[in-house]
Amino acid sequence: MATFNIQVNGRQQQVDVDPDTPLLWVLRDHLQLVGTKYGCGIAQCGACTVHMEGIAVRACTVPVSSVGNKSITTIEGLSEDASHPLQEAWREHDVPQCGYCQAGQIMSAAAFLESNPNPTEEEIDAVMEGNLCRCGTYNRIKAAILTAAQNS
Amino acid sequence: MTLIKTKHNRRSFLKVTAASGGGLMLGFSWAVSCTPADKIAEVPSDWFDINAFLSIAENGKVTIMSPNPEIGQNVKTSMPMVVAEELDVSWEDVIVKQAPLNTDSFERQVAGGSQSLRKGWQALRMAGATAREMLVNAAAKKWDVDKSTCSASQGVITQEGGKSVTYGEIASLASAMDVPEEVRLKDPSEFTLIGTDRGNVDMEGIISGKPLFGLDTYKDGMQFAVVLRPPAFGAKLKSFDDTRAKAVNGVNDVIKFGDKVAVLANSTWAAMKGKKALQAEWENSGDLESTNYHDRELRKLLDTKAEEPKRENGDVKKGFAQADKIIEKVYEAPFLPHNCLEPMNFYAHVTDEKVDLLGPIQTPERTRRQVAELLGRDQSEIFIDLTRMGGGFGRRLYGDFVLEAAEISKLANSPVKVIFSREDDMTAGTYRPASKYKFKAGLKDGKMVAYHLVGAGVNMGNATREKNFPAGAVANYLVESHNLKSNITTGAWRAPITNFLAFAEQSFFDEVAESVGADPVQFRLNLFQQAKDNPVGVVDYDIDKFVGVIKLAAEKANWGNPDAGAFQGFSAYYSHNTYVAEVAEVIMKKATPVVTKMTCAVDCGIVINPIAAKNQVEGGIVDGIGHAMYGDFSFYNGQPQQNNFHQYRMIRMKEAPKVEVHFVKSYNDPTGLGEPTLPPAGGAIANAIYKATGDRFYKQPFMKDQIVLG
Repeated sequence: MATFNIQVNGRQQQVDVDPDTPLLWVLRDHLQLVGTKYGCGIAQCGACTVHMEGIAVRACTVPVSSVGNKSITTIEGLSEDASHPLQEAWREHDVPQCGYCQAGQIMSAAAFLESNPNPTEEEIDAVMEGNLCRCGTYNRIKAAILTAAQNS
Repeated sequence: MTLIKTKHNRRSFLKVTAASGGGLMLGFSWAVSCTPADKIAEVPSDWFDINAFLSIAENGKVTIMSPNPEIGQNVKTSMPMVVAEELDVSWEDVIVKQAPLNTDSFERQVAGGSQSLRKGWQALRMAGATAREMLVNAAAKKWDVDKSTCSASQGVITQEGGKSVTYGEIASLASAMDVPEEVRLKDPSEFTLIGTDRGNVDMEGIISGKPLFGLDTYKDGMQFAVVLRPPAFGAKLKSFDDTRAKAVNGVNDVIKFGDKVAVLANSTWAAMKGKKALQAEWENSGDLESTNYHDRELRKLLDTKAEEPKRENGDVKKGFAQADKIIEKVYEAPFLPHNCLEPMNFYAHVTDEKVDLLGPIQTPERTRRQVAELLGRDQSEIFIDLTRMGGGFGRRLYGDFVLEAAEISKLANSPVKVIFSREDDMTAGTYRPASKYKFKAGLKDGKMVAYHLVGAGVNMGNATREKNFPAGAVANYLVESHNLKSNITTGAWRAPITNFLAFAEQSFFDEVAESVGADPVQFRLNLFQQAKDNPVGVVDYDIDKFVGVIKLAAEKANWGNPDAGAFQGFSAYYSHNTYVAEVAEVIMKKATPVVTKMTCAVDCGIVINPIAAKNQVEGGIVDGIGHAMYGDFSFYNGQPQQNNFHQYRMIRMKEAPKVEVHFVKSYNDPTGLGEPTLPPAGGAIANAIYKATGDRFYKQPFMKDQIVLG
């Protein structure tokens, strides 16, 4: 076990865990931030997507020891009152079915829109390819990302 | 207007209890006439036969319990909408709560067979209508006027003389009113809430990361349990060494149960590491089957005569002898895992007093029975609370993971949450059975005169749907089925049987139509006309509804006149009491066929929540396409050969076509919607790809490439 100080959603957090513990499980089991989901553990499904210094990463393959002082943002910290343009667009398009993948989808899209505020459909396809939706809500996710891009 | 007997009397009004905030809980039972009065006096809680439950607060807020498990099919929004419609309350004043397992209060708390609304429709309407009637009666009594001069709308009761009172103000008095013998249900034309778009009631939680799912369960004192299971079907535990596992930081205990070993730890990661550190030896307990073996045996069965036909009309032998053309094709399907994105998990706390269970399960009632049996406990000591589920698809019909959690909790004498890793989830499945079908059609002068289908599947039971079209349309008709027994666990997978059978049948029809130079849509319509003019035996589907969706899809997709460079494929299928027709459009991109658009016509009766209903249609189609294109799962010596998404390809955003949805406008009672749009999808794209490339598919998946993303 070792002590790590990490910055999550603007707050310094101290956790006492094994260095190889994935950030995903630190967030879920130790910091009670359960919006970041476990889906595959090998960075193939995108359900655990969070931002590290604003870049979308799969928290299941980021050991806590590699985080250092890089700032982490999770779905809980994306906005104060679920008012991010993507969250608004998710409501407008009634995107989710089961809902399990959606936080990861939103986090992938949020980092993407920061770097590309006016994406084409093809660009959205390319960047969102890393996020699985088992229910098949892909068309709504894409439509919501386009709406959010327009509204921000 | 429909008047409907409530079968209520004063005694059947089961529960009047104070709710928090000074409101009143109203409970209803529809089946009380079966219950003798003396039994009521003895065991009041046992004769509770409630199947809907709502409470009204003084401020007019209405809490509606959603009785059925939510797996993404939107019942948690759409079922309470039905109650609210008949209650006639503003949707904004409704608070929805997930009901726990309570079969005394709610009937059929199951998510399966696309039946939640189909089976719940009347009971949900009655719950709302009965409450509305009692509120009106209470107001009439209070004002000492005839109730016929009072009417209720949007949470307010008004009287012709100008008096008015809100539901909240009158709820207390209403709760003491007799339950009406008869209530008036609205005519569907009077609906103001049903048929309007209402957002998912869990939207805020989903988009802001609130705990909603089973895996989000964290309780005081809870240990995390990860289980080592036999690596192959047909293997059992010989011995194990837990020295290294116990040395892992955070691991508290290692417990053997049956042929499994559970690692209990302070965190998920520690439990996962502990499991990896276990050293186990396995030995054979049965046959170690491989996909080659299944292929060989199923093929043999296709050429075997079944002891009993599933359905036989006329004489196929004679029919084929008359035919001037015979077409015979074999179609083959692999096993499929469900791959719910939320892996299987469950929380259990077994104590001497009771058993608390919490998590995602499609069949809580059956599971309670199984847990009671496993632990030797009375069912009344077992409590199941339901979480939202990260997908169901049939996997969560089977409570193996709940039984594991209960057993481990009992042995460890501790609350536990059992967590499947993705690898556990994919390799300890209840798979869609591998299956094969042989279709044979005899044609004379362009008309189908004989039809013979043989199906065979692994642990599949009846592999066919013998009553489905073209039964009734063909004079000489024979359907046979074979079952291959196996130690591999199989089960229902979204649209069981038809998820592949429909692809095979609809591809076959396309090929048969082509062989006689007929348009595939017209060929189907001609067969329906045959069924209408000269029905052969029982016709178990509604010909007009079937023809209705076929014509609607063809019209909306501009069938026969695709855009330049596009190719169309047609498919139509009836399942879960719902009629669906789909037209796929494919273009060629760098010599690769790409599905660009699906046009879908659906007759599922009345549509309750259109925005969510469309979502189901879109999802069913994308799911159907994804698994037809990529879904592949195999066994070697009893061992699953794919264990995570780097080896098992799933459809992703760029592969999902646009989906255009057209519902047949209907006031008929609702039928299934979670499953029936999936079966036709595979056939529609296969037929379109054939037009584009000249290649027909006889085997799923269509694409065998493995992919690695990340």
